[in-house]
Amino acid sequence: MEINWFTVIAQIVNFLILVYLLKRFLYKPVLEAIDAREKKIAEQLEDAAMKKAEAKKDKDLFRQKNEAFDKERVAKMNEAIAQVNSEKERLFEEVRKESTALRSKFEASLKQQELDIKDSLKRKTKNAVFQIASKTLADLANADLEEQVVHVFLGKIEKLDETEKSKFKDALIDSATPITIKSVFELSATSKQNLGAMIGKITGKQNNFQYVLEPELVSGIEIGTASYQLSWNIESYLNSLNNNSITKEKENAIN
Amino acid sequence: MRISPDEMIFWEYGFMHLNLTIVTTWALMILLTLGAWLITRNLKKEIKTTRWQNVLEMLVLMIRDQIKEVGLSKPDKYMGFIGTLFLFIAVSNLLTIVPWYEAPTASLSTTTALAISVFIAVPVFGIAQGGIKSYLRSYLQPNFIMLPFNIISEISRTLALAVRLFGNIMSGGLIATVLISIVPFFFPMIMSALGLLTGMIQAYIFAILATVYIAAATQDAERKKEVKKVKS
Repeated sequence: MEINWFTVIAQIVNFLILVYLLKRFLYKPVLEAIDAREKKIAEQLEDAAMKKAEAKKDKDLFRQKNEAFDKERVAKMNEAIAQVNSEKERLFEEVRKESTALRSKFEASLKQQELDIKDSLKRKTKNAVFQIASKTLADLANADLEEQVVHVFLGKIEKLDETEKSKFKDALIDSATPITIKSVFELSATSKQNLGAMIGKITGKQNNFQYVLEPELVSGIEIGTASYQLSWNIESYLNSLNNNSITKEKENAIN
Repeated sequence: MRISPDEMIFWEYGFMHLNLTIVTTWALMILLTLGAWLITRNLKKEIKTTRWQNVLEMLVLMIRDQIKEVGLSKPDKYMGFIGTLFLFIAVSNLLTIVPWYEAPTASLSTTTALAISVFIAVPVFGIAQGGIKSYLRSYLQPNFIMLPFNIISEISRTLALAVRLFGNIMSGGLIATVLISIVPFFFPMIMSALGLLTGMIQAYIFAILATVYIAAATQDAERKKEVKKVKS
């Protein structure tokens, strides 16, 4: 156990060389690698933190947008529902109105139809009644009745008011043609005489008469010139009666 | 029986002896350098690294942390010296598991060389840190009466370093050799295992003590620098 000084020196030198070699090949590269990695990790962590923050920002923004979108969607939805409801109401109202109009129209048409039917029925009945009446009167009419007719007619002429009477008189006087007397049956001589006397009394002159048979009159008499006509017969009665009934019906229909 | 590998001489020329200690040291140097080069030639700076790189990084970081823990705030500066001390002693001791291998640390010359290296390194680092005045003043701490004791302490601890390592390793190897001749089976194996443990502990102790000495020499200067920084 002794110290070999040459070995000591050699070992010191060896040790120093080893220090250099290990520094060169071990510590320096390893420490550099570690530092580089730590730097890299730090950078990555920083980057990750930044990205995380960014992601959080994006997430918040997205959530905000999403919420806004949801709100808007709900609002739009409600609006749309309200619109649809109002439109539905409007359409329903329209349809209701239309249906009411159609119904009233239909009712009116029904009523009209009913009225028309009634009307035509009335007319038919009336015609039938008139035909029956005129047939009955025609059946009843004869020369004696004519006498009565002439008598009544003469009474009527007498009862004419002044204006009518003067009109009648003027027509008779002015007439150049003979005065036409229409009757259903041939008038008796008395009747002709009575008529002539009456007319002569009115005109105050001798007149020419032309007697014409007119079965259409049913029963009655008609005195006429070219410009004036005075008559009393069953036909005119029936006509006026008919006209009266039509006017009444029209009035009823209007009311 | 050979106590020290110094005694096995391969070549001799006057003062110079090429003995087993030097040869083994060379072999260890080649092994360490080659190993380091093989692993570090394509170091990856990515997050995922190779297995060997991980081992190496762990080792280097462990050494660095230890230096820092002892009190040197800038461990990278002392890394080369202290790390190499630890690695060289540790590898040299661990390889005693190999048959016919004789650790260079079992030679008092080697341990003396290492102790002298520490003995020189302490003032070198101390002066580098705070200047020569500041370093020399540390010998007068707490007062000038302590100067001879400080000097004695400096020398004695260097001596202790050298002898402690040498004694431990030499005795470990010697015990194993003796036991093999007495009880050839089983028992020497346990002693070898114990030797590994002792070797490792000694490497650690040597390196840590060196760090403590350097720290003691540089701490005053470091403290002053910090005070200056705070003041400014």
